[in-house]
Amino acid sequence: MTDQTTSQSGSQGPVAVLTQVEKTYHMDSISVPVIKGVDILVRHACFTVLLGPSGSGKTTLLNMIGCIDRPDKGEIIVADCKVGDLNDDALSDFRAKNIGFIFQNFNLLPVLSAYENIEYPLLLAGASAKKRGDRVPKLLDAVGLGDKAKNLPGQLSGGQRQRVAIARALARKPKLVIADEPTANLDSQTGAAILNLMRRMVERYQISFLFSSHDPEVIKAADDTIFLKDGTIRGIRRKGQEDAS
Amino acid sequence: MMTLSLALRNLLRNRRRSLATLLAMAIGSTSILLFGGYSTNINYTMHTEYVQTGGHLQIQHRDFYLYGSGNPTAYGIADYAQIIAAIQSDEVLRGMVLVATPTLQFGGIAGNYAASVSRTIIGNGFVAEDINRMRRWNDFNLRSASPAFALEGAAADAAIVGTGVARVLQLCDALKIARCPKPEKEPKPDGKALPDDIAQLSLQEVPAAAAGAGSGARRIEVLAGNSKGAPNVTSLEVIRAEEQGFKELDEVYVMMHLAKTQQLIYGKSPPKVTSIILQLRHSDQIPAAMARLTPILTRFSATQPLAVLDFRTLNPFYVQTVQLFDTIFGFIFALIGAIVLFTVSNTMNTAVVERTVEIGTLRAVGLRRGGIRRLFVTEGALLGLCGAVLGVVLALLLAGVSNQMGLTWSAPGSVEPLPLTLRVWGETGMILGTTFGLICIAVLSAWWPAYRAAQLNVVDALRHV
Repeated sequence: MTDQTTSQSGSQGPVAVLTQVEKTYHMDSISVPVIKGVDILVRHACFTVLLGPSGSGKTTLLNMIGCIDRPDKGEIIVADCKVGDLNDDALSDFRAKNIGFIFQNFNLLPVLSAYENIEYPLLLAGASAKKRGDRVPKLLDAVGLGDKAKNLPGQLSGGQRQRVAIARALARKPKLVIADEPTANLDSQTGAAILNLMRRMVERYQISFLFSSHDPEVIKAADDTIFLKDGTIRGIRRKGQEDAS
Repeated sequence: MMTLSLALRNLLRNRRRSLATLLAMAIGSTSILLFGGYSTNINYTMHTEYVQTGGHLQIQHRDFYLYGSGNPTAYGIADYAQIIAAIQSDEVLRGMVLVATPTLQFGGIAGNYAASVSRTIIGNGFVAEDINRMRRWNDFNLRSASPAFALEGAAADAAIVGTGVARVLQLCDALKIARCPKPEKEPKPDGKALPDDIAQLSLQEVPAAAAGAGSGARRIEVLAGNSKGAPNVTSLEVIRAEEQGFKELDEVYVMMHLAKTQQLIYGKSPPKVTSIILQLRHSDQIPAAMARLTPILTRFSATQPLAVLDFRTLNPFYVQTVQLFDTIFGFIFALIGAIVLFTVSNTMNTAVVERTVEIGTLRAVGLRRGGIRRLFVTEGALLGLCGAVLGVVLALLLAGVSNQMGLTWSAPGSVEPLPLTLRVWGETGMILGTTFGLICIAVLSAWWPAYRAAQLNVVDALRHV
């Protein structure tokens, strides 16, 4: 672990550990290194924000930690599993079990109701009807949409859609939730409410949230903030402490 | 279950496109089934006609079919009555065989002495009652009925000829045949050009019967070689002319009583026949009946090698016609299948492009590549199933309407116009085959877009705009 790594906190081990991770994109004959030897540790039940300008590699890093992209070099351990060793099917199963996603554009399935969107990851896991029937209404209530269960995404506002997306991400009680600029498409008031909701979810479900964001409100709410520029970590700040770097 | 529900909802999402694809498939399916119904009706009509006239099976001398036509002496079957008795007493065949009847075919010359005309003919001797029983066979429930065989109950010397025979033998007036053209007569030199005594003689030579239409005007003489090689003649009264469908047959065909035919060919020698016709209850009993006949015929084959031929072998035109329609059906199916293939493929390709982000999302939340493939293939299969079922319903409706309109058509080799029947209802094999075939094509067309969707890189899919 380098000095750019956040330290482990509490009795639980880290949710994600990245060691000397590199990633280069190849476009025709041009190679663009996006991530250059990054070491990161994402703490359990923490609100961690990746901060950096456009093109700094935030989304690429989130994708690799979220196991939807693979590094060219280095090692990624998520939920105590070396994800580089998993094949595509095993990685899909791993994501379904351990990682939740919240997207900037919500990415709900438009043909499924709010209830069904939240239920879908549970169906993928083969959860029983009883378990689904118990879990989904609780999540709907937790995100304040108990009365919108039957609404299709098209019948919900942006904020409500993002609430459904948060509930879907939490459905299988994952170890880590990845959120790529979750408030970017929301007005400031709704964004603040969503942020508040996610903060509550971290405390309630003891799940780690990893964000990329430019939103100062998000940064203010974060436990850990990782500063990224040109594919390298330029600094790490933990709430109530000096910069780690 | 979730995959099916999701696939169905995705199809309903873009209703206009799904409906256009469904209609393309339904119209394709309807076209296939209607043509199949038409082709099936032709098959059944010809099948019925051949079985009604020549039965399902014929027992013949082994070489009669290839070498014996018109030579009953060399290829006749002796002991035919015992063979028929053995067939009718067999406990298995008894349940299958509706009619077992002998027939005698020969070649000869028919002449109308009164009109001074003659021509070569193919004569057939039948047991008239049996032929009438055979004409009642209607295993496919066709709407048309065959006319009764006029020889039943007619005099022993009665005969039925083809209308072509009647025309050539100048029997049209006597038989009151409509639309029967007569040859233009060469202008005869009038009496003034001849010396008086010669002209008088010439007028006396014109037979009185040639101008009249009494029973004498319907008599013909048939000449054939008998079993001893000598010519034999019999006089017949033509009671009716029946068109035979094919001109070549119509101009040579003469039907008469079997007893009279045997008298002509065999005289006082023991009579023989050239074929024993067996009509079965159902056409699918042919293999079983043939297998059962083999040991029976062995008992009679010591002096005369016998063979059993089915009606398909005896009527190659039927087989060729069915094959022709099967080929056209296959061609139409392939053509429509190709249209369905490209239509569904196009629809699914568009769906994959439109739903790229959704595919990325599903993969991100943990759906495997196989799950994506299943989803799109299920959508294709649903399109195929709905399109094919809609096509079946449309085909049944259109066939029902068409069958009620009283349209007619002329089958190859048939004389009377027949009701145009599109046989879709009840043709379970054709309906299921077409439905299953189209579903398979739809699944096949969805497979490649589904594969492409499953192979999408998750990150690229999520970035898709």
